[in-house]
Amino acid sequence: MDNVIRRRTPGARMLRTGLYVLLMVMALVYLLPLVVMLLTSLKPLEEIRAGGLLSLPDSLTFSAWLKAWGSACTGTRCEGLSGYFMNSVSIVVPAVAISTLMGALNGYALTKWRFRGANLCFALLLFGCFIPFQVVLMPMAQTLGWLGLASSTSGLVLVHVVYGIAFTTLFFRNYYVSIPDEMISAAKLDGAGFFRVFWRILLPISGPIITVSVIWQFTQIWNDFLFGVAFAGFGSQPVTVALNNLVNTSTGVKEYNVDMAGALIAALPTLVVYVVAGKYFVRGLTAGSVKG
Amino acid sequence: MSQTDSPLPRSRAKAGRHSLSGSLERVLPRLVVAPSLAVALFFVYGYMLWTFILSLTDSGMLPQYDFIGFAQYTRLFANERWNVAATNLVVFGGLFIILCLFLGLVLAILLDQRIRQEGALRTIYLYPMALSLIVTGVVWRWILNPGLGIQSLVRSWGFEDFTFDWLVNPDMAIYALVIAAVWQASGFVMALFLAGLRSIDDSLFKAAALDGASLPKVYWRIVIPCLRPVVFSAVMILAHIAIKSFDLVMALTGGGPGYATDLPATFMYTYTFTRGEIGLGSASAIMMLCGVLAILVPYLYSELRGNKHG
Repeated sequence: MDNVIRRRTPGARMLRTGLYVLLMVMALVYLLPLVVMLLTSLKPLEEIRAGGLLSLPDSLTFSAWLKAWGSACTGTRCEGLSGYFMNSVSIVVPAVAISTLMGALNGYALTKWRFRGANLCFALLLFGCFIPFQVVLMPMAQTLGWLGLASSTSGLVLVHVVYGIAFTTLFFRNYYVSIPDEMISAAKLDGAGFFRVFWRILLPISGPIITVSVIWQFTQIWNDFLFGVAFAGFGSQPVTVALNNLVNTSTGVKEYNVDMAGALIAALPTLVVYVVAGKYFVRGLTAGSVKG
Repeated sequence: MSQTDSPLPRSRAKAGRHSLSGSLERVLPRLVVAPSLAVALFFVYGYMLWTFILSLTDSGMLPQYDFIGFAQYTRLFANERWNVAATNLVVFGGLFIILCLFLGLVLAILLDQRIRQEGALRTIYLYPMALSLIVTGVVWRWILNPGLGIQSLVRSWGFEDFTFDWLVNPDMAIYALVIAAVWQASGFVMALFLAGLRSIDDSLFKAAALDGASLPKVYWRIVIPCLRPVVFSAVMILAHIAIKSFDLVMALTGGGPGYATDLPATFMYTYTFTRGEIGLGSASAIMMLCGVLAILVPYLYSELRGNKHG
């Protein structure tokens, strides 16, 4: 490839410029929705109605952000997204922690203590990655009702843990499988038990895969809409459901700037994670897919 | 006396403790996996069976168990709205997969030419994947809305007759969904292809260049065939995303205009939770599962066969 590209003939140089232009144009296309979202959220409503999707705001205002956060109407209630944002936080934190821990222990037990049927166990667990969740909605709604967890954030934590284990187990299993068994058998000979080996040997080198698993689960659960809309009550709806209600609330004037500010509020946590730890985000996507 | 006696019982006790802890150690791995397995057996396999059973009943607002055989499936296939939803899935899924593959491959090949700022560009192409589909739907609904979105923007540039009303046009709304979905997922496909390209040996390029093959020819004849496994898994993931798409439809079109953009996922939700037809909704859920299995089984089969050969 070097030979082909380092030839600096005028033609090659022109080709190269074209390449960069093309890539930049594509980047602009991908960025456009985010830019539009941001610009619209910072404009007063009159300016939006005047048109000019891409024009810079004449008078910059943060009132749409304040309203989306604190007083916009989602359905019949007008308290903004803040409460729902906190609901999402209180669903995501325990669900991510529990599913990652269980995935780590599963992956460890399935690879380093190979018992009879370990592969069958893994195959059975893995299938959970593939089912369309529509097939579990109705039974889950009934089960949550019986458990007294219907319309509660704890119910949603349970749901996300249950259907997250398949992915976290996959991540940790694929990671631990590549760690040489000699390290573990030496520790076993020294008399270290199941949890001690895990704690002393595997956990210290699990940093990257824990990051992958946490980011994956965080993104999945934060962005979830289906479970939220099917199982949450008024007091426990996650921010995605509230955002959808906010946008579809038809009473009064349509406030596009508030809609866009709301969308940005709902998107911000996962965007920040992506920008800060994009490398691990991509690894999660590909680990969950290519090696699947 | 006691001193000479004591070693024996103590060692025996120690041995006893050892074997006890030994057998505990032996079952511990199973014990650790057991809860997850139990969870999967109940919440995945049990629920699949449960939904299947519900699909054989005439459950309405509430689940009940008067069996009526496969009547719900007969009703489902005769249901105009289901047929629209199923057709939409084929159109939406087909276009979504083809466009994502094409854009992903092109972007990956372009990015693979030792581009400066490659990291930044990659980040930009991929960021939509981190967003919730609800956010994607809300944004595109704003951009595609004919009143104040792209249509009005282009008209304001002087093209008074420009129309871009796909969102509110029943014949075109499904393509509006495709645009938003491709925007969201094509960067991901790019990442997959890029990883695939990076794993191809550089010497391949050099050898081909020495033979006088032009760069496009090298890609077309040599590189793209090498990427076949990536194409395979990308198709599999994209198809899976398409079948499960629910959030995007809810946020972008709400299934409308009318039910022009219904997909099986929204059909299932509407009938089960808002129209009180649990039996019919369950039948549609089982059909979705069959759709996923139809993609998954050949995929897993070829993966396993590939492993055996390789």
